[in-house]
Amino acid sequence: MNAPTGTPGAGRMTYREACRQAIRDALIADPRTFLMGEDVGLYGGCYAVSKGLLQEFGPGRIRDTPLAEAAFVGAGIGAAMAGMRPIVEIMTCNFSLLALDQIMNNAATIPHMSGGQFAVPLVIRMATGGGRQLAAQHSHSLEGWFAHIPGLKVLVPGTVEDARFMLKAALADPNPVLIFEHIVLYNAEGELDPSVTAVDIATAKVRRPGRDVSILTYGNSLPKSLEAAETLAGEGIEAEVVDLRVLRPLDDATIFESVSRTRRCVIVDEGWKSGSISAEIAARLSEHRFFELDAPIRRICSREVPVPYAAHMEEAALPQASQVVDAARGLVRGR
Amino acid sequence: MNDAEIRRLACDLLAGIAPDTDPASLAGGADIREALDIDSIDFLNFVIALGKATGRTIPEADYARLFTMDGIAAYLRD
Amino acid sequence: MSDFVMPSLGADMESGKLAQWLVKPGSTVRKGDVIAVVETHKGAFEIDVFLEGVVSELCAKEGEELPVGALLARIATAGEEAAAPASPPAAPPPPVAAPAASPSPPTSTLLAERGAKAPAGPVPAPAKGPPVPAGERKKVSPAARRRARELGIDAETLAGTGIDGSVTLADVELAGAGRGKRETPAAGPAATEPKRRAGFDPDQMRRAIAAAMSRSKREIPHYYIGTTVDMAKARGFIEAYNSERPPEQRLLPAVLLLKATALALRDMPQFNGFWEDGRFRPGDGIHIGWAIALRGGGLIAPALRGVDRRSLAELMDALRDLVGRARGGGIRGSEMMEPTFTVTSMGDRGAESVFGVIYPPQVAILGFGRAVERPWVVDGRVVARPLVTASLAADHRASDGHAGSLFLAAVDRYLQEPEAL
Repeated sequence: MNAPTGTPGAGRMTYREACRQAIRDALIADPRTFLMGEDVGLYGGCYAVSKGLLQEFGPGRIRDTPLAEAAFVGAGIGAAMAGMRPIVEIMTCNFSLLALDQIMNNAATIPHMSGGQFAVPLVIRMATGGGRQLAAQHSHSLEGWFAHIPGLKVLVPGTVEDARFMLKAALADPNPVLIFEHIVLYNAEGELDPSVTAVDIATAKVRRPGRDVSILTYGNSLPKSLEAAETLAGEGIEAEVVDLRVLRPLDDATIFESVSRTRRCVIVDEGWKSGSISAEIAARLSEHRFFELDAPIRRICSREVPVPYAAHMEEAALPQASQVVDAARGLVRGR
Repeated sequence: MNDAEIRRLACDLLAGIAPDTDPASLAGGADIREALDIDSIDFLNFVIALGKATGRTIPEADYARLFTMDGIAAYLRD
Repeated sequence: MSDFVMPSLGADMESGKLAQWLVKPGSTVRKGDVIAVVETHKGAFEIDVFLEGVVSELCAKEGEELPVGALLARIATAGEEAAAPASPPAAPPPPVAAPAASPSPPTSTLLAERGAKAPAGPVPAPAKGPPVPAGERKKVSPAARRRARELGIDAETLAGTGIDGSVTLADVELAGAGRGKRETPAAGPAATEPKRRAGFDPDQMRRAIAAAMSRSKREIPHYYIGTTVDMAKARGFIEAYNSERPPEQRLLPAVLLLKATALALRDMPQFNGFWEDGRFRPGDGIHIGWAIALRGGGLIAPALRGVDRRSLAELMDALRDLVGRARGGGIRGSEMMEPTFTVTSMGDRGAESVFGVIYPPQVAILGFGRAVERPWVVDGRVVARPLVTASLAADHRASDGHAGSLFLAAVDRYLQEPEAL
């Protein structure tokens, strides 16, 4: 095991490395912080995010847990209420359903029911999404569900920079914060701007400006949307790509500003369409910006099936750049 | 007519054909078609007006001598 | 009783201001009489009638801004009583400029007003959408609907270019282009001293050109073909012709180009007319719009009527008159409505070739570049010849490149026999 000793804060790195460095930063910065979850220690994490951290920080702060999500999430909530700053990892968001009672009825609710006497400064990291042939129990995108719950913050880092710095802001927040890390993005590489040492967890960001159509997206749909925008640019269509970054609370101002300007909108969301975050955004746009719209809102979401195992079936089930191109072109060109 | 009179006459005629321009400010050697954005119909109207004002019939072959103020003055002095 | 309505003076015109009446109730009018002055974004135009009769009622007030097709006057034609109108006069259409805050007129009323009054004469209709089947609602985007209400446009009558044929913001902006700012009706009719020669506003004309040309490029699938024409014979003919005549009787090469084009159009009428409602409607006569650049910017293309039937001398007089009036003001409304085809010529100082943009709903535009001296092969020998590039831009919905080639060949052929023009 290679135990990283320095603290690489800049340069080119993978999303996985950025997640790991974010955890290291947190562990170094605050003795109240610890990481716990299934296989985070000896195994180094199911997606190798915490590889080497056990050796560097020891078993007191890198804690392997039983396969019992309700128990260890509950323990994390208790620790947070007692003054710790825990980071809990859930191997994949499909498994978070075992801990849903803890997350919703306790973490999200206790600050309210205690009249503000208890804060729950807990961070739960989960892997989310499909695209690596992990089949129907390890590939779903449930972040939109959690964004339904008042009392939670829901973050969806789609860039290496956000993977690197969102955790710090999440830990500083007195509320329970869920971070959804996309399994396909772990291998993505990006260049970090050495001048950036922090990011906010309140705003959406325009990743590519454009005037003809807004593509609202997050997570692993962000690189697909940027690819689509590049293709559209070749056809003379300037698409604006907005990275939502935070699904709860949604940054209405940035979304509304972009769509009011372009007057057309494609929402790309790896969740299922029915009752999804894309549905919420579309509803808000029609509630608040109806008269700015010059075309119907389009949504590119996952097919409403359990994510298939076979590669070609999985590809067909998940949003793809070509669908985004077709939808945006249709809205702009009228076809 | 002396040069100054010829020039004044040409300026008046051009100002009638191309209002909003200032022919008086033209350099003697400047191509009036370029400077005043005069097309072939305008130029024909100018030749007609110049012929009427001076009593001369200007053959088409001589048009090229009328493209500048200096040229017009020289042509009408002959 | 016939209705005299606000004419459409071009594909880009949605409304006009009635600047002045030149007749009164009781005036006798004949076909071709100028009875009113209408101001549009292209300037002031004298409007002539197509009817004979007696004016029985002036329905529009001077200073009123009215949509194309709005009732302006009622004229009793031969055999009718000019006195009291037999039927109660139709309510004048609502003014174009309904303030956004005031309740907009019911859509059905506006539709009825517009639909009932067909503009007189061959009118290049503005972009009207296909009729929507009963019970089905025309798709208009929310943004387009709001903007249309601000502009006083009935968006449901427009052609939709958006998804599923919906009317978009751009469609409404296009329809509204050139209207400029709305005036408050409270100011009252300001036409006691109408300007006969209202100078055109370059900004407004720019917007009008932008609207018409955008519509053209959006709706018309252009194809382009060109050919090089040896102008030696035409030039020789003109030199010989002009050498015997005083300047006021001399010809310019432009009239030869016009006449040759008109004769080629007579041979190939599929280029002379309009694309409307999904099919070609041939023009009634060969009336060629001559593109005239205006000093200070802008462009208009009023018609020379019946070009195929006029002598070169007549055409030269007509051309000089038309260009003079275009630049000085005084183009008649009918001259803007009539072109069945357009010719654009770069003249003797312009570019060597021009690829035109078709003026909708026409189906073709012929461009002539500047004549240049170039080596040319004649009977196997290279000689210097004056050459002109003739370029046809045509609507591929109405014709194909093969027909276009034949058309250009016909133009060339006529120019090789100038004495027969």
